[in-house]
Amino acid sequence: MLKLSNNPTIDTVTKLVAVAVLMFAFVFVVMVPLYNVLCDALGINGKPSGEAYTAVPAQVDESRVVTVQFVATNNENMPWQFGPSVTRMKVHPGAVNDTVFFAANPLDKAMVAQAIPSIAPSRAAEYFHKTECFCFNQQPLDGNSSAQMPLQFIVDQDLPRDISTITLSYTIFDVTDMVNGSVAVR
Amino acid sequence: MGDHHHGPAKGLSRWLFTTNHKDIGTMYLWFSFAMFILGGAFAMVIRAELFQPGMQLVEPAFFNQMTTLHGLVMVFGAIMPSFVGLANWMIPMMIGAPDMALPRMNNWSFWILPPTFLLLASTLFVEGGAPNFGWTFYAPLSTTYAPPSVTFFIFSVHVLGLSSIMGSINIIATVMNMRAPGMTYMKMPLFVWTWLITAFLLVAVMPVLAGAVTMMLMDIHFGTSFFSAAGGGDPVLFQHVFWFFGHPEVYIIILPAFGVVSQIIPAFSRKPLFGYDSMVYATASIAFLSFIVWAHHMYTVGMPVAGELYFMYATMLIAVPTGVKVFNWITTMWRGALTFETPMLFCLGFLVLFTIGGFTGLMLSIAPSDFQYHDSYFVVAHFHYVMVAGAVFSMTAGVYYWLPKWCGRMYNESMGKTHFWISFIGFNLTFFPQHFVGLAGMPRRIPDYALQFTDFNMMSSIGAFIYGASQILFLYNVIATIVAGKPTSEEKVWEGAEGLEWTLPTPAPYHTFETPPAVK
Amino acid sequence: MCFTVKRLYRLALGPVLMLLSLLSGGVLANDSNTSSVNMSPGVTEVGHSIFDLHMTILWICVIIGVVVFGVMFYSIIYHRKSRGVTPATFHESTKVEIAWTVVPFLILIGMAVPATSTLIEIYDHDDAELDIVITGYQWKWKYEYLSDTGQNVSYFSNLRTSQQEIYNTEEKGEHYLLEVDEPVVIPVDTKVRFLVTANDVIHSWWVPALAVKKDAIPGFVNEATATATEVGIVRGQCAELCGKDHGFMPIVVNVVSKEEFADWLAGKQSEAAEIAALMAQTFTLDELMERGKAVYDRNCLACHGAKGEGGVGKPIAGSPIATGELAGHLEVSIHGVPGTAMQAFGGQLNDVDMAAVVTYQRNAFGNNMGDMVQPIDVFNHKKG
Repeated sequence: MLKLSNNPTIDTVTKLVAVAVLMFAFVFVVMVPLYNVLCDALGINGKPSGEAYTAVPAQVDESRVVTVQFVATNNENMPWQFGPSVTRMKVHPGAVNDTVFFAANPLDKAMVAQAIPSIAPSRAAEYFHKTECFCFNQQPLDGNSSAQMPLQFIVDQDLPRDISTITLSYTIFDVTDMVNGSVAVR
Repeated sequence: MGDHHHGPAKGLSRWLFTTNHKDIGTMYLWFSFAMFILGGAFAMVIRAELFQPGMQLVEPAFFNQMTTLHGLVMVFGAIMPSFVGLANWMIPMMIGAPDMALPRMNNWSFWILPPTFLLLASTLFVEGGAPNFGWTFYAPLSTTYAPPSVTFFIFSVHVLGLSSIMGSINIIATVMNMRAPGMTYMKMPLFVWTWLITAFLLVAVMPVLAGAVTMMLMDIHFGTSFFSAAGGGDPVLFQHVFWFFGHPEVYIIILPAFGVVSQIIPAFSRKPLFGYDSMVYATASIAFLSFIVWAHHMYTVGMPVAGELYFMYATMLIAVPTGVKVFNWITTMWRGALTFETPMLFCLGFLVLFTIGGFTGLMLSIAPSDFQYHDSYFVVAHFHYVMVAGAVFSMTAGVYYWLPKWCGRMYNESMGKTHFWISFIGFNLTFFPQHFVGLAGMPRRIPDYALQFTDFNMMSSIGAFIYGASQILFLYNVIATIVAGKPTSEEKVWEGAEGLEWTLPTPAPYHTFETPPAVK
Repeated sequence: MCFTVKRLYRLALGPVLMLLSLLSGGVLANDSNTSSVNMSPGVTEVGHSIFDLHMTILWICVIIGVVVFGVMFYSIIYHRKSRGVTPATFHESTKVEIAWTVVPFLILIGMAVPATSTLIEIYDHDDAELDIVITGYQWKWKYEYLSDTGQNVSYFSNLRTSQQEIYNTEEKGEHYLLEVDEPVVIPVDTKVRFLVTANDVIHSWWVPALAVKKDAIPGFVNEATATATEVGIVRGQCAELCGKDHGFMPIVVNVVSKEEFADWLAGKQSEAAEIAALMAQTFTLDELMERGKAVYDRNCLACHGAKGEGGVGKPIAGSPIATGELAGHLEVSIHGVPGTAMQAFGGQLNDVDMAAVVTYQRNAFGNNMGDMVQPIDVFNHKKG
């Protein structure tokens, strides 16, 4: 075994301190990134990929219809009116679909929002591809104004057969302070 | 040489600057008992409020501070330091070493504890109150929604972690390097084995806890978003990190207790421990399994079904090595010549009640039924059966068992037995009904409850007061023993006791084994 | 010695026996779906499966316990030193040890089989006929019925138990702490999917009789399903510590017939449309006063008195709040006064009712302020 010192006690202590330091680092450099990777890959918590999907040419499965529901939630202290323009769509796997969400800022001051998507059932997350989404970026909105926010998505043809309904939920957070405080947002 | 044989220094500086393992062990034990009383006082507030439905004594906000501090103080202030104290006293004496390997660090790892708990307890008096988010401090309740005292809490956890890591490094260094000649690993007393494994667990997971609270600190004060969905983080990540620490933590608490029981049952059975080797392997397997089962605390967060199944199967497996231990203890008693002095009574209490806690643990591991048990009083009952009847009972057994060796005086046996019976009855009266209210649908951590839970809660509160009062008897008995117990100078206080500590004079001199003993 | 120990054991068994007798005979159930000592199978098939699984595992544990403790107590009774036995010296047996490693393992496999199938049954969320979004708030629940056509129906469900009951100045009602102003209504024999999320911290939506417990996590949506097979009311509570009033956010589920449900939902939809129309309106003082009196009598009278003379609550007549700044009056009415019996009514009254009742309080009981509040003012105040 590796020997770090001729004094056996110092040798043991040095190794143990190294283990403790490594375990502390392990949290930041392994657990957090690994968790995020696993979530992305497996759709844990229904957390869909945060990046735009590059559409690959694919056949549209006309024989199958999947219902996509849209749900919007405001996080605490988020005064915007926010919601889908249609509450549900019937789509074919493989087809490119467009919809919009509306948002209105009733306050007098400009604000910035971040929408966080989540999909139920969570195992559908990896089959739900967004080619364009307002959730990819923070959304600024001037006081007393409103906006139409586009969403374009494809439901994968490989979506397991037993899933007939997918719920896409957006929770909208007020991130004005985070942005203005010019604090780095991960 | 002569200079080396002086006794302890006099006065306060003896305790402040001591590097003697026995002094430090003593301080750990007294400190942990003080914390046990403090945490117990918090529990009394909780049980008094829950004595009947309606809010009587405290406000809901304060109630939450009580449950939080009760958990933190009991886990980090009472149980863990008490076993570190026992380790300090006993490990050198059990392996034939003159002291711990790092005596000065030993002093520090103790002395950083009292100020830390003073700080934590003082948050009760600051604006916004003490931490109120439960001892599991789930984000975002403990970050975005926490009272200002959360920063002190984080600092406290860092220092506690540091203390535990230093203590563990010391124990590992001692066990690995300071065993008497001939004391091979497989000859070590089981208490030393369980502590060695516990110490490795501590070194591995206390830094993870430190990482979790560091991330909280950064989220609160430096604008990161580890646990906030708004910035791309995830509150569930906190739970994963916490329980990656938290599950090994519960074995950190219980493994030394297994060690104590494995010393005492053979002594009062007058028969060697059955299956020593398998005990060591079972301990090691429990420690290993503790790293791969953490998410069984999180069945309801919405994991994929495959994840639930994996964590369920892995958790159920823990029943195998735990069962082996229980069977070994019982077989040790089988065809022995049993006597029932106080330490043995507490060990038998441990055996029965810990096994019940093990059964409920197995029930909780079954994911589908856990949907009904999770976060109910059933869970509260379960972990008090393993924490109190497991760790605290065996700790109490250990104190009665080794007290005569420590101070050269015998405790009052009938008072000890009375203490046991009152504890045993009080404990069961407190926690057995909690299984029922939990199954009937009472969530944990609530300051007030629906009327159908009244009878059992009342019973529970009465039991808690009885159990609490019995600890005063314990305190009295220990002090009376130290001050005026019947002196004994027999080396082997107990007829059936085995091990190097019983070859030393009674009371154990300030310095022991300065020349290593010979081990057969 | 032997005699004393036996007597002491019997003493210790006393409370246990007492509890056992309660278990067998003293089931203080109000109705068939609840028990005060055991899990209830509830009103769903999944709930029955979970209950059966629970009882199976429990009985296996009891049997193992009887065997293990039986051996232990045999040893305690017959292998005591006072009987003059000489201790044996054996300390290992590979055969025995392998046996008690393998046998428990096999028992565990036996347990894992039904557990796995029940879990898979629970995880079948597909083909639900009704979707309800449940949002946890500090400290209440919001229910939103997703509609195929037209508007979603959504409302808050608040604790209905009064502060007087909680603080023991009034007698506690039958469903103390387990009653809400507006229950969630679901149709019987219908697969209902709950989409659970949260607005602030983590909550957990737990209704034992539906066998549903799902964490409500801000930013994420979790799903659970239940098919209730019996009409009736079932109750539950928040199961995850969520701050001060964690113990005061109950759940009441009213399971009704399909026809009744359709009527209820239609009623809710027209009610929502009505409120939406009213929201945009500007009312006259008289209209507000008339509506305000009705709201006052329903919600405020109990504490503040029929003539605003006060009682449990402070007097409204001549009150510095009701005759002071409008914003301050709205603030107290919407957010309540923490630590007192004055609740936050912002989530309980719609903006029209809130505007009306505040206007009423400012102009009745001799307050005669002459000003009035429109729904839009309430809306703006709520949004900060």
